[in-house]
Amino acid sequence: MSDLVLILFTGLGLGALYFLAASGLSLVYGLMGVLNFAHGAFMTAGAYAAWLTMRDLPQGWPVAPRLAVAVLVAVLVGAAVGLVVEVVLIRPLYRRHIQQVLVTVGLSLAGVAAAQGIWGSDPRPVEKPVWMAGTTRLLGATVPNDRFVYLLVALVVFRGPLALLHLTRLGLVIRAGVENRTMVEALGIDVRRTFTVVFAIGGAAAGLAGVLYAQYAGAVSPGQGGSLLIYAFIVVVIGGMGSLTGTALAAVAVGLVQQLANYYAASGVGDLSVVLLLALVLLLRPTSLKGAPA
Amino acid sequence: MTLDRPTDPPVLRLEDVHVRYGGSHVLQGISFDVASQGVTALLGRNGVGKTTTLRAILGLAPRTGRITLRGNPIQTMATHRVVRGGVGYVPEDREVFGGLTVEENLRLVDPERGVDAPVVAELFPDLVKRRGQRAGTLSGGQQQMVALARVLLRDNDLLLVDEPTKGLAPKLVTEVADVLAQVARRTPILLVEQNLPLVRRIADRVVVLDAGRVVHRGEAAALVTDADLTRELLGVSMRREGAA
Repeated sequence: MSDLVLILFTGLGLGALYFLAASGLSLVYGLMGVLNFAHGAFMTAGAYAAWLTMRDLPQGWPVAPRLAVAVLVAVLVGAAVGLVVEVVLIRPLYRRHIQQVLVTVGLSLAGVAAAQGIWGSDPRPVEKPVWMAGTTRLLGATVPNDRFVYLLVALVVFRGPLALLHLTRLGLVIRAGVENRTMVEALGIDVRRTFTVVFAIGGAAAGLAGVLYAQYAGAVSPGQGGSLLIYAFIVVVIGGMGSLTGTALAAVAVGLVQQLANYYAASGVGDLSVVLLLALVLLLRPTSLKGAPA
Repeated sequence: MTLDRPTDPPVLRLEDVHVRYGGSHVLQGISFDVASQGVTALLGRNGVGKTTTLRAILGLAPRTGRITLRGNPIQTMATHRVVRGGVGYVPEDREVFGGLTVEENLRLVDPERGVDAPVVAELFPDLVKRRGQRAGTLSGGQQQMVALARVLLRDNDLLLVDEPTKGLAPKLVTEVADVLAQVARRTPILLVEQNLPLVRRIADRVVVLDAGRVVHRGEAAALVTDADLTRELLGVSMRREGAA
């Protein structure tokens, strides 16, 4: 029983990270039709920005406030990178999907190479606040505290964009744009400005995912964003492009299936089971969990 | 019907407008004016470029040539600027946002008033009652009313209306025609329509396209009462058309 509780919390924590990584990707594709393969580079940029911030802040500070500042920096760096990439690289290529894929794939490769060139290929350890490195007894299981942090952050990130989508004019334009962006423009609304904002929001979510995944892994490395991106894509396809609720459900499902398979089958089977889950959803429900085209 | 005085400048002028999609030359140098009052109907058989003409005016199709709105060139403007400049668009198949409520569909255009705008209560009272209903669950006629209400929330110099009665029951066709007739008293309309009785009822002028070219311009009454000309230009007989 205690093993199951631990696995469930680990799966939920991992699912929370997948959701953070996938939410921006889903919004960007849903509204703009851009399959952003550079999203992993945004996560890496956030992770390294946070690592540098923690390293350069006064070491006399406790780890927790340094991490809090680092998270803020990672979010801002992610948003800034997203904004610049949209304005400089994506905007000239709207409706040219193959070129978009080539540019974003190229950017992701360049991002990894740049990180390797500057900081080397080896993983760089990151500091973890004492409480996050500790554990809590829950239903007989010893659950690492960082899982609760990931869950809490994912919940806030889930509620934040939902509130943005349903309570603000920007959200209304985004929801309409996900359905039919041409018609939004034909109503006199500058969709491109909305695209830039959404790309920046996606970048901010990626930056946040990057810094928290580095906490989960205990280190930053150049390829980290890329490996998280694979799961993010799977989550988005299962959950439905442009659907935050679908993305959240899919992220939880992927995290749980992966952890349960790793424990009850064999270590490493988790990744295979995630791919099988994807295949199963595509076969049984090709329009994805939320009914959006997968 | 109110015909312009000869000296009235047109609200919209197209001069030598071309649209090419890949290898296909859809509009081949069309030129015509839309009068500053009443309804100008854009007619022609299927696939001759009527919808493409509206999309070219809006900047939704890649166009060359010159397009002016009240004398100001708009052919290089982005779509949202053309619309904000005074061109309202009611597309073929309505294209309401099905996942949004009626209220949200209207607030996209008028964030302050939405369904509470006087024009909605005046012309579309049913929408006021359905403000919280998702637009995707409305009937075709109700969706058409949302699409029309959406553009009427803004002060327009011109409305582009693409086949507003397509797929509607006869009673709804009459309702849509009534609304268009009322709207045309205030705002000129360029109307793409296949329903000739509707054209006969509300249009003042016609422009007929064939294979991407203008082949006829004139008064609507003169075309729709001339069975031979109608058959020659549009391939239909007025005697077979139902009432609007």
